[in-house]
Amino acid sequence: MWRDAVLVAGKDLRIELRSRVVLNQVAPFAIVVLALFAFALGPNRAPMLQAAAGLFWVAVLFAAVLAVQRSFALEANDGTRDGLRLSGLDPAGIFLGKAAAISVQLIVLEILLAGGVVLFYGAHIRSYGAVLVACAAGTAGLAAVGTLYGALAAGVRVRETLLPFLLLPVVAPVLLAGTRAWQVALGTGPGGDSADPWLRLMLVFAAVYLAVGVLIFGPLQEAA
Amino acid sequence: MDTAVSLRAAVALTGRFPVLAGIDLSVAPGEVLVLEGANGAGKTSVLRACAGLLAISSGEAVVLGHDLRRNASAVRRQVGMLGHAAALYDELNVVENVRFAVRAAAGATENIDPALERVGLVGRLRRTAVGRLSAGQRRRVALAVLMARRPALWLLDEPHAALDAGARALLGEVINEAVAAGATVLLASHEPEASLPLAHRVVTLAGGRIVHERSLAHEAPAPMHVVGDVHVA
Repeated sequence: MWRDAVLVAGKDLRIELRSRVVLNQVAPFAIVVLALFAFALGPNRAPMLQAAAGLFWVAVLFAAVLAVQRSFALEANDGTRDGLRLSGLDPAGIFLGKAAAISVQLIVLEILLAGGVVLFYGAHIRSYGAVLVACAAGTAGLAAVGTLYGALAAGVRVRETLLPFLLLPVVAPVLLAGTRAWQVALGTGPGGDSADPWLRLMLVFAAVYLAVGVLIFGPLQEAA
Repeated sequence: MDTAVSLRAAVALTGRFPVLAGIDLSVAPGEVLVLEGANGAGKTSVLRACAGLLAISSGEAVVLGHDLRRNASAVRRQVGMLGHAAALYDELNVVENVRFAVRAAAGATENIDPALERVGLVGRLRRTAVGRLSAGQRRRVALAVLMARRPALWLLDEPHAALDAGARALLGEVINEAVAAGATVLLASHEPEASLPLAHRVVTLAGGRIVHERSLAHEAPAPMHVVGDVHVA
């Protein structure tokens, strides 16, 4: 399973390095989302700071949808989905490999977006630990659930519009917990609040969807 | 193993439509079977069913000793398919595509270079992104994948399409070598002049069933086992 995961992740990341779709299209899109929100909130820094954590995670979610769509678009061309099924790769390995490749891309996007939050909203990160754990757990959770729903939507003709419809409601806990954890880390949340319960929620979310993905990706791939 | 492929009253559905309507087919190890028939007759469906990509909803289907109704995916690593699509990633170059396919199927990577040389993908072409290749060159890459993987069952769907005369001759040589090494070949084709010289047996399909069958054993090496059921729709 792990060998297959490394093989699939390496293939997806090599394709991204060549095509640079995430770097040249998804990343600018996510930055533009942040900038537009900044314009919409006006020149006053207080509401921008208050909204910074939530807007960071909204931009991450939008970018994650695009990254998942791109990941499964690779398998929609020239019969590559059948090629992947015929290869005999362990479905759990395919799931982990695709989730790992999406995670790497999301981490790059989150670094850029964190810079955007500091630049556009004037935010100061007070707890780097909370930010890092929230990003790591949120990324793993988004990649896992995105890979699952990406596979589910892959066999449907209207997959481009179906995927956001399916995915965004399911990842609401990541948006909620990530926002609260970041509010604590940026010092913009309710006084005395702790990031720990929100970080635990994100870790549980990631663990559950990674486990579910390993178990059901095979049947999902066959049914899609 | 008496038969490489054994389908008995096999039915496969796409939606509610029976693309295989109770087909009986037996193919011996080392045999080259050509499937012919009009568009929509069920040739590609037979190949996809044998690859475990199309579910058998009733009847029996055993391929290389694997019961496809119990576990269709078990056979896949032993099967190589050259379909209408080449199943290649446009952004990866030729070597990367072949290496990924061979490693994914747990094949021997030392087969890759000889296979690429054999199909004429040498020099700068090896490092060219597949998306920049012509249709014929993409077909050669897909053929190199099959050659390097060395599957026990070759499923070829219109394999001569987009190939020039040299590549067609090469394909014939490669098929004969694979059969000599013990592989079984199912070949769907609309080009009898290209496919029949390779065949031990020819079956004609219509409406998801076999409607005619003839042996060409007198023209080619005798298959190890031939089942001569003839079904008329």
